[in-house]
Order: sequence, then structure tokens, then C-alpha cells
Amino acid sequence: MAAKNIRILIAKPGLDGHDRGAKVVAHALMEAGMEVVYTGLHQTVDQIVSTALQEDVDVIGLSIMSGAHIPIIEKLVKKAREAGIDDKMIVVGGVIPVRDIPRLKELGVRGVFPGGTPFAEIVSVIRENVERGQEEKWA
Amino acid sequence: MGVAKYTKDAKGQITDVTLQSGIHVKTFYGPEDLERVGFSYEKDLADPGVYPFTRAIHRQGYRSRAWTTRQYTGFGTSYETNERFKLMISHGQTGLNVAFDLPTQMGYDSDDPMAEGEVGRVGMAVDSLRDFEVAFKDINLAEIGSGLTINAVASIMLAMYQAVAEKYGYDAKVISATPQNDILKEMIGRGAWIFPVEPAVKLIGDTIEYSMTNMPRTNPVSVCGYHIRESGATPAQEIAYAILIANAYIDNVLLRGHDVDEFVGRFSFNLNVFGNIWEQVAKFRAARKLWARNLKEKYGVKKEANMFMRGLFGGGGFGLTKAQPENNIMRGAYYALSAALGGAQTIALCSYDEAYTIPTPHSAVISLRTLQLLMDEIGLRDTVDPLAGSYFIETLTKEMEGKIEEEMATIGKVGGIVQAVATGYIQKLVSRQAYAFEKGIQSGELLKVGVNIHTEGESKDVEMHEYTGETAEKQIEELKRVKRQRDQRETTRTLLDLEKATRAGKNVMPYLVDCCKAYATVGEMTRIFRDVYGEFKEPGFV
Repeated sequence: MAAKNIRILIAKPGLDGHDRGAKVVAHALMEAGMEVVYTGLHQTVDQIVSTALQEDVDVIGLSIMSGAHIPIIEKLVKKAREAGIDDKMIVVGGVIPVRDIPRLKELGVRGVFPGGTPFAEIVSVIRENVERGQEEKWA
Repeated sequence: MGVAKYTKDAKGQITDVTLQSGIHVKTFYGPEDLERVGFSYEKDLADPGVYPFTRAIHRQGYRSRAWTTRQYTGFGTSYETNERFKLMISHGQTGLNVAFDLPTQMGYDSDDPMAEGEVGRVGMAVDSLRDFEVAFKDINLAEIGSGLTINAVASIMLAMYQAVAEKYGYDAKVISATPQNDILKEMIGRGAWIFPVEPAVKLIGDTIEYSMTNMPRTNPVSVCGYHIRESGATPAQEIAYAILIANAYIDNVLLRGHDVDEFVGRFSFNLNVFGNIWEQVAKFRAARKLWARNLKEKYGVKKEANMFMRGLFGGGGFGLTKAQPENNIMRGAYYALSAALGGAQTIALCSYDEAYTIPTPHSAVISLRTLQLLMDEIGLRDTVDPLAGSYFIETLTKEMEGKIEEEMATIGKVGGIVQAVATGYIQKLVSRQAYAFEKGIQSGELLKVGVNIHTEGESKDVEMHEYTGETAEKQIEELKRVKRQRDQRETTRTLLDLEKATRAGKNVMPYLVDCCKAYATVGEMTRIFRDVYGEFKEPGFV
């Protein structure tokens, strides 16, 4: 099992174009041996879901700086369910106030990484959750 | 965040300092350093107001006029934004700098599905002239100049500014707008691009050409090293790319048969302030000199006043931290100090809470007070370019000049700035540097107070700007009302004229002004450009 690299989609949903964070995290995940697919800017939730399907990723990572993270993730969770890919792990980074974390977790987000989160933490949360997900699948 | 790398010996003494631009700082400097870098008073420095303007563009510096204070402001609807504008002006602010929401920046109306969840969130929502009428109500547009932080649709917003000014009885010749209007930097960082490189640059050329005769006090372009630096560029790269980008816009207007002296004097710059204070001051001084030399030697600019690098030096958003947010007040003060020591014409600061939210009125006024305090209390207006003649600063300014020229030459080797942006060369370079920088912070190699030294554990609760869906509802209601009330036949006529002019490759500005006056919406005008021009394809960054 360990031979398979984790595939992760890094997506920039919405109209915000501040992509320093998304790109920096993408570099870190690649260096940690993951395969990263980057959507580019100005993606709709539908586009992100369809890329996640086509690219067969294990994880959908969103980078959101605009403050619109809750409505975006509500929509993503709904669309992912409709597309039958609600088994994908969802993580989010960006400008995320602490008070919003419980709501995001409730929506099923497995990792919330506000700006400045150490790369090691991002990598380990993703690894642990993907491995657990695979074990559950095989169980 | 922008701090230098320090090497220390076993006793903790600093043995080396390397600035972000790659310059090593010595323990102390003397006359031999000036000799080493070939410093000459006449050639490299000269008196303030004398070519190459290293010291200042005006002989009297801040004695004749202090810098303009221009905090970035805008959120929700135009009603809320107008209130905040008036609040800042009542506290002594001398210019405006309008923040637009993302749908407006991307050319979508508030009722467009693409705008969902983002109306009025990070700036003011603008759909039609009605919103500008509200936003600029009771503001003296002959006295107060307005920065418009908009790029892909800057032509539309500049036309709308003319339309609102005329509606309120001002001659377009007396108003002063500074649309950001720098699309190449959006393609490097910040990302609010729509159209491909070529038509996007053409639109900028249109605004410059139009302003020459119609809005001569307007600064049609504010070339932004700022966001390039925020994306991971070094200070030397920030200036190198900004000058090359400005040249690309000059070239577009020259192709139309204009003389460079007719328009280049209205160019302005927006440069960043976070980082090592000495490197920043040297950067500003070297930038002023290189811009003047570039215009004189490469373009044959004759009039000295046209060689001035006029600039907003400010922001520093990347330097701010969410941890111990009050520290950002102190950071802002030092950033403003470096801007003032560097000879800024305008200074704006990110407010201390801006790392995570829209500034509260309280935090916005603190930023303004910081600037006023430097101006009125500390002595920054006493003498022009107070650091001039320092062995260190003059050596560093020369060394920065060399580094900036090296970076410009590198871009020349990869086919020029337009090519370097279109292929993603610069995006790749700065994203790699941003990653290396972040690793430096995480490993503690680069020091950041509150983040990797002098930390306090859990961060405190902070006051957040409240955003509710009501903003969008109100805005969409207003948009519907405008559409019901406007003379639809006139709106359609102006939009058809705009489409014809766009397809014919004419200067679109007069057509946009007509559209704005007929209450055509930002979305309607942008759709025409999208249809005719298509969209930019983002290059990869790895």
C-alpha cells in the first residue's frame, strides 16, 4: 500500500487571486513525495469537483483567503456528494479564523491549516487521514 | 515577511548579514567602500530635485509638502464605503484608495452566479455609476485624489470615475484618479487578471492615451512592484520587474505615435515596505535613480519632471502576523519610517488587523495616526533625504542598483518581461523563492517575532469584520432598481458602440464613459471585452 503516492488537488476556489500560499504548500507537498495537481485560479466548485474526479485524487485541498470559506465548503461538500466522490478527504488553508474551525470540521473538513501552519503538520494530517481512509476501505 | 539571514558564531556574535537581494552587510563602512562601489556625488546622488533624483524628486522634499496619506478602504456597499471614506477624511486623511470587491475586480455584476458569496466581502461592490454616486457623495473630487485598486477592468473604473465627477459638476481636467491598472503584475501575483496579455496591455495603453488630453491630472498607471514582492520576489526583483513592466506600457503607447514626454510624467509606482529597513531605503533611492536613467537613456525623455518616480510606498501586508497582532502597529510604524526615509510621495499602511480581516474603524485610524505622527511629531519633514552621505546607505544604494540591473538583464535574456510573464518564468521563480522563504521561517533561520521567537502560545481572540449575506441582497436590489430605471435604449446603444469600437481596435475609453453615463453595468461592459479578447491562460508554476 505504501508504494502508492498520495494524489492531492490544490484548488483556488472563487475569484480571489492570492496564490502565494497555495503554491508554497504545493511545493511542500511535492517535496514530501505527494503528487500535486494545481487547478489554477478562479475555479468554480463544479470545476474543482470535476477535476478531482478526472484526476482521481485522494485529497482535495482548498486555499481560501477571501473569507468565503464556509459557503464555498458547504457547496463543495454537497457537489462532491452528488458526484459520488464524498470519500475524498477535504482540507483547507488560508485566512481561516479560529472560530470557524468547528463549523468546518462539522462539514467534514479533515484538516484546517491557517497561514503559518508548519508544513510537517500539513503533511502528517494528510498522510494519517488518507491511510486511515484506505484502511477503512479495505476493512 | 522579509528579514535578512544572520550567521552567528559560538558566542552569538553576528558574523554575517545577507539581505534578501543577496547583498552582504559589513560590520561598518567607510570612505573605502564608496571608492569600491565607484560612488560619485554628481553622478550617483546630486542635490535633491536634481537628476538622477536619488535623494528626492523635489528640492524641498517634505518641507513643501508632506506625503499623502491614503489608506486602502472599501467594503460592503457603496453606502458603507462612503461612510468610512468620510470618517478617514474627518481624521485628516488626504487621499482615498478604493478597495473593490472581487466580483467587481473580475468584471462580474453582483447578481452573477460567479459573484455568489463574494459581493462586498473584500471591498466595495460596484455594478454601475449609481454605486460611484453613493461612494463619492460629499467628497471634494477637485481636492481629494482617489487611488482605484483595480486592474483587469481599470479602464471601466476610470471611465466611471470621470462619469461620477462630471455628474457632480467637476471638470474631468481637475480630477485626479490613480487606477492601479497594472495587469502584468496581476499575472505574476494577486491574480485578478481576465484578458490575455496583449489586449490587457492594449487596454492600459488606451487609458494612458485617453488621460493625456482628457484627464491630465490623472495617473493612469500605478506600476506595482508591491504584489510581485508579496508573491516572493526580492526587493531587487521587485524594482527590476516594475521598471520593465512600466516600459512595456510605454512601448504600447509609443506604437500609437505619441511622444514619450507627453505621457510618461503621469506614471506612478506602488512599492512595498516590508523587510530590512536599510535594504528598503536603499531600494527606494536606487529605484528613483534607475527609473530616471531608464527614461533619459532608453527613451530619450527630455523634460526632467517626467523622469520623476512618484510613488506610493506602503502596505507591507506580508510582513504582518496574526500572532500578537498588536505588534503589527509597531511594524507599520517602522515600515512607514522606511517609506518616509525613502522619499515616498504617498504612504499607506496595512492596519494591524489586516492580516486576518477588514480593518475596523479603530485600526484604520491607528494606521493614519502612525503616518501623521511621523509627519508632525518625529521630525521626518525636517530635511530632505536625511540618510544621504552615510557610507553604509550610499554603498548599499549603489549595490542595490547593481542587483536591480542584474535582474533586469536576466529578464532580457529570457525574452523580455511580457514573455517572462506569459510563459510563467517569473511566477516559477518567485513561487520557489516564497517556498524557500517559508521554510526559512519554519526552521527558524529567518526570525519573526511572535512566530518563531518571543512566541506566546495560543493566539488571542481577535475582532473580526462581520460579513453577512445582507450586503449581497441589498446590492442586488440596487442593481435591479438601476436596470429598471435606466433608459434601456440608450444603454443598449452605448454597449453596441463599445462592442464595435472594441472589435475595431479603437481606444475604448470614450465609449466606456458613454456606457457608464448610461448606467451600463461593469458586467455588461466586461462581457464585451471577454467575448472579443478571450481570457488569459495561466502558466504553470513548478
